[in-house]
Amino acid sequence: MTEVRVTVDGVNYADDVEPRMLLAQYLRETLGTTGTLIGCDTSNCGACTVSLNGQSVKSCSVLAVQADGGEVTTIEGLARDGNLHPVQEAFRECHGLQCGYCTPGMIMAAVDLLGDNPDPTEQEVREGIEGNLCRCTGYQNIVRAVQSAAKNMKPGAQAPAGQTATPVAGGN
Amino acid sequence: MTTTAEPTTAEIGKARVRKEDERLITGRSRYTDSITPPGTLHIAVVRSTLARATITSIDKSEAEKAPGVFGVFTAADLGAEEVGLPCAWPITPDQKAPQRPVLAVGRVNFSGEGVAVVVARSAAAARDAAELVEVDYEPLDPVLDMEAAAQDGADLVHPDLGSNVSATWIFDSAAAGTGGDIGEAIKTAEADDDQIVVRRRFRQQRLIPAFMEPRSCVVDPTGEQLTIWAATQVPHILRTMTTVTLGVPESKLRVIAPDVGGGFGGKIGVLPEEMLCVLLAQKLRKPVKWTETRSECMLTAHHARDQIQDLTITAKRDGTITGLDVHLYADMGAYLGLVGPGVPILGAFMFNAIYKIPALKFTCSNVFTNKTLTDAYRGAGRPEATFGIERIMDELAVELGRDPMELREQNWIAHEEFPFTTVVGLTYDTGNYEQATQRAMELFDYAGLRREQEERRKNNDPVQLGIGISTFTEMCGLAPSRVLGSLDYGAGGWEAASIRMLATGKVEVTTGASAHGQGHETAFSQIVADKLGVPFEDVEILHGDTQVAPKGLDTYGSRSLVVGGIAIVNAAEKVVEKARKIAAHLLEASEDDLEFANGQFTVKGTDKGKAIQEIAFAAFMAHDYPEGMEPSLDSDAVFDPENFSFPHGTHLAAMEVDTETGRVTLRNYVCVDDIGNVINPLIVEGQVHGGLAQGIAQALFEEANYDDQGTLVNATFVDYTLPSAADLPSFTTETVSTPSTTNPLGVKGVGEAGTIASTPAIVNGVLDAIRHLGVSEIEMPTTSQRVWRALQVAKGHSVQQTPSDTHSPGGGLGSVNPNSADPNNPKGETQ
Repeated sequence: MTEVRVTVDGVNYADDVEPRMLLAQYLRETLGTTGTLIGCDTSNCGACTVSLNGQSVKSCSVLAVQADGGEVTTIEGLARDGNLHPVQEAFRECHGLQCGYCTPGMIMAAVDLLGDNPDPTEQEVREGIEGNLCRCTGYQNIVRAVQSAAKNMKPGAQAPAGQTATPVAGGN
Repeated sequence: MTTTAEPTTAEIGKARVRKEDERLITGRSRYTDSITPPGTLHIAVVRSTLARATITSIDKSEAEKAPGVFGVFTAADLGAEEVGLPCAWPITPDQKAPQRPVLAVGRVNFSGEGVAVVVARSAAAARDAAELVEVDYEPLDPVLDMEAAAQDGADLVHPDLGSNVSATWIFDSAAAGTGGDIGEAIKTAEADDDQIVVRRRFRQQRLIPAFMEPRSCVVDPTGEQLTIWAATQVPHILRTMTTVTLGVPESKLRVIAPDVGGGFGGKIGVLPEEMLCVLLAQKLRKPVKWTETRSECMLTAHHARDQIQDLTITAKRDGTITGLDVHLYADMGAYLGLVGPGVPILGAFMFNAIYKIPALKFTCSNVFTNKTLTDAYRGAGRPEATFGIERIMDELAVELGRDPMELREQNWIAHEEFPFTTVVGLTYDTGNYEQATQRAMELFDYAGLRREQEERRKNNDPVQLGIGISTFTEMCGLAPSRVLGSLDYGAGGWEAASIRMLATGKVEVTTGASAHGQGHETAFSQIVADKLGVPFEDVEILHGDTQVAPKGLDTYGSRSLVVGGIAIVNAAEKVVEKARKIAAHLLEASEDDLEFANGQFTVKGTDKGKAIQEIAFAAFMAHDYPEGMEPSLDSDAVFDPENFSFPHGTHLAAMEVDTETGRVTLRNYVCVDDIGNVINPLIVEGQVHGGLAQGIAQALFEEANYDDQGTLVNATFVDYTLPSAADLPSFTTETVSTPSTTNPLGVKGVGEAGTIASTPAIVNGVLDAIRHLGVSEIEMPTTSQRVWRALQVAKGHSVQQTPSDTHSPGGGLGSVNPNSADPNNPKGETQ
């Protein structure tokens, strides 16, 4: 077993893992952060996308040991003290999800895309999320959501009214 | 006389943002694989690598010793040799149905069939041990070509059945008394030069539903009832079928479909792996869990479509259709799925589509092959039928030299002819093909594109333009139960709902529908908010748990709103009636003097009133309520519709074909659908987009390829190429509405409309672009190789037979540029 030290969604972890354990399995099985999902076994679908050291990666194609000393943000850590990230907000506003299974990966990929290209055209969005497959939406409202988030994240754009906390069962 | 609840239209029709999204966009989700009770054991299935073989020996010894392994079991070890997975749709009395075992017994019949199961403390340990199980096979030649398999003397997939033809189902309008005799129509057409006979063979290739969430199941035996979590569309049916299959008392079974990551019909099965988890949980008395890999899913989850269609249409030279004869071969695969045999039959009633066809005969032979079994996939029978009729309408137009849209208009049911009883005996309640078509043609600029097409042809432009048309209708909301009975369907078509008025004014609704992406919680909350006049936020929709909503027939066939939604409306009306009695009592007025609107009972002509939520509290306190009445407003309802619902729409596709490379590009897609009244336009738009993407993907991108050994050669997302965002344009979608007259909401289904309509629109468009170059047919998917090759053959060039290409788009490969990636595919073209 090999020790790995990694910060995930702001929490520092130290664990002994099998060298072959994938980062996606470490997140889901060892840490129980099951918001990150697995949809394929060939690194095509992108459902497992997380941020590793500020860059989006498919966590099914990264060994947990490779994340040693690194910082991971998953879909569960994107909202800051209860406030949705603009991309999360936009996915809800624009009906950018139906079954929700591609959504964690799609949102994390979109956050990374907007980091590289803050004002992407429709085609740039489509090619930017080409590595994230969805079977429900036909992608149109996902693309609309990413472009809407881009608008809301522009410097000077006031935070959209919908910047609501994410209550759990009505809590605050 | 009591006035019914006068519906406020505050919520119905509103593009509400979904309440389901809150959890899903923050990762606070609960898909089955995220559920692992303490002490859970994990299974891995040892699968056959051969399509057809006898099992000579299974050596489990190495695997049993592997670390963490609790046991390795065959069907015999589990005493499950006689167990057979259910087929709930025997379409004919003499249908041949082989036993579908939980694990192969003595022989394997498709590549990927389970032979043994390993149980271990972790999924990884189970999978490692599964590789240590030594299975010896005696290979046999697989039966792969459904048409050859159907002929007498063919090698038999199931020798004990005596034939590969499971059943032949026939509908003849003459025999049924709903129309003329097709034999006559063809004979007269052949004899009369003022008539024409057009015969075509179309191929519905085999598809894989490929829902994003791999299947998963957890069975926990540690409570008084056995709890089954499953990534399924059909928790209620799975519960009943577990009793039918394994004999576990139905009252000892609880099935929960937690969050489910899409199904599209692909998750309506009762699975061998689900039954294995139940058997093993009972045997080992610990929770048992199975989650499949994607490759396992592509190989063993049921496939879809896979038909050969021989159509004959007869018409007068003036374009009036006089008859349609349909012969289908449908590939069932190695076994019969839960409703597999009935899927092609569902299409039988849609070949006439929107057209007035005097005589129709439909003959379908369901055939066994040594491939994965097929069952329902978005549209289930209706996409295949719509493809057949909309393709042959274009072929007829070409033969008669007519504009394809004009030919359709000449034959479709005119608006004033509704309600219209068709040649197959279905009565379409409402529809307006003129309205949908006129709007679609406008949005599409049909005339302008015809001009551009002409221009490109004149200039011999390397990139040619084609226009594809599909004016579809369909029947959804699988009902009424009596009709399903007449089709020998093994279940009813009703749906159930209950409404509980909680003391503090909240409203708890249970539905027997089982959402897996459709937004039921939002749409049903809108309906209840309007019917009871309570705030949208006060309504909670509970579903997908047989102990919470014990009565239900789940979600498929676009039935949730048209059947499940109406059950909710009926339950709401009962709540209002009970509340009216208490309100009258408390307001000391007669019930007839009360008006109910926006959740308030008011005495006519006064401002004295009570809100329904106050009355719910009064019923809870029960200090003062009428004699002879129970102190409760709670009500439930079971709704069995009197007819199917018949959405329709006009779909137009502008296709560009690069005649030098064969590359096909969908430039513009317009559709105007009539789905009656709309509850939530945002959700409707999403359903249409998703449906279009899957229908277009059949036309352009997807095919399950078997080689001559019966091995599925593209069983991963690398080369079973689902379209990515970069492979599809944005669609122009609108709705028009002729409300349905067979349900109080006036709604029709929408979930499958996009898939049913779009496939023929795309193929018609591709052919329209290059027909003048001598190309008259291209099998789906119309990949660049197939288009390029058809163009070369049309030019008289010989084309060396190269392996079937399987993809052009990236298929989620990220940065790989689909144009440059040269598809190297090991095996040859399928039959």
